[in-house]
Amino acid sequence: MVNRAEKARRLAEAVLDPEIPVLTAGDLGIVREVEEDGGRLVVRLTPTYSGCPASEAIRRDVEAALTAGGFVDAVVETCLAPAWTTDWMSEDGKAKLAAYGIAPPARGPVSCPHCGGAAVEELSRFGSTPCKALWRCLGCREPFERFKCL
Amino acid sequence: MADALTAAYALRLGDDALILSHRLSEWVGHGPELEEDIALANTSLDLLGQARLLLACAGEREGKGRDEDALAYGRDVLDFSNLLLVEQPNGDFAQTMVRQFLFDAYAVELWPRLSASRDEALAGVAGKAAKEAAYHVEQSAAWVVRMGDGTEESHARAQSGLNLLWPYAGEIFEADEVEAALAEKGIAVAPSALREHWQARVEPVLEEAGLAPPEGAGVRKGGRQGRHSEHLGHLLAEFQFMQRAYPGAEW
Ligand SMILES: [Zn+2]
Repeated sequence: MVNRAEKARRLAEAVLDPEIPVLTAGDLGIVREVEEDGGRLVVRLTPTYSGCPASEAIRRDVEAALTAGGFVDAVVETCLAPAWTTDWMSEDGKAKLAAYGIAPPARGPVSCPHCGGAAVEELSRFGSTPCKALWRCLGCREPFERFKCL
Repeated sequence: MADALTAAYALRLGDDALILSHRLSEWVGHGPELEEDIALANTSLDLLGQARLLLACAGEREGKGRDEDALAYGRDVLDFSNLLLVEQPNGDFAQTMVRQFLFDAYAVELWPRLSASRDEALAGVAGKAAKEAAYHVEQSAAWVVRMGDGTEESHARAQSGLNLLWPYAGEIFEADEVEAALAEKGIAVAPSALREHWQARVEPVLEEAGLAPPEGAGVRKGGRQGRHSEHLGHLLAEFQFMQRAYPGAEW
């Protein structure tokens, strides 16, 4: 028998990132706390970047998922500390990112998510979302995005 | 609990982020190349996120029921407390990047220290902003070097941007009773304590860029007390237009 908090956590963690729809909130590591607080269920999410528009969309989707799962009284709150880090991304999430064509965050050297080549160069330190930078592979010549280490 | 001093401090930091964010957003669609357009937009977005958190915090501490939108859209020029530096016009790309670098070199020293604030909300915002500022300053410092140490044309533009903006940088380190009282309580970072760290970041970059601060430049200040240059009024006219014309409009 799964308790209420655990059931709610699973619902929240299954919500997809609208901008990188292969990653779940669980993969990103942004569901920080789920607890029963005087009979009410509180889910605390942390934003990836302060101004990331996806944070608000994810928050709404988590509320909707909880409501649909029977948690009509659930409250979704934002917590800022400790600040999110890409170290909280799951290994499964990193593998899904690479398969999706986005180089996952890694402290070491970057490799091409298409051919695995190590000869790559940064084109722009910023990309289509706050969390990504633009790179290209000198081997297969394909451009790709890289999830920035934070 | 209402806390007017912390509210004022959060508002100052929030106004810096908000006004600089708006300035950078003016570049969207006008960047010198696509990658830089995107970089400016991303930096603007980070600053907007910081501004929202700080204004929300200011509104809570003020205790008068004003939320982030009320503070952003419902105040007039005299009520804004941002540094004069961040409201200065974009000028050309060189001027924009010099302004950004002078600010980033301060932000990257402020936020890590403020993340140890005894005010939990401010510490939380600062912890996130520290990571973002570290990324921003790498970008703006690289551009200052690239343009200062670039062609005759880019050097001249970067130097003229520096001449124009340098006098405003001194205001960063000015403190009045707000910062002084809060620094004593371990809530704020005393701006004067940041000066040497800021210099240690700025001087080597300017040297590598072959740029020199103007000699004998005074300090232009007053933004923290609401005495702004004429530029802020024009900025707010655009920024606040929709909420002024249709108060409370949502979409
Ligand atoms: Zn490749």
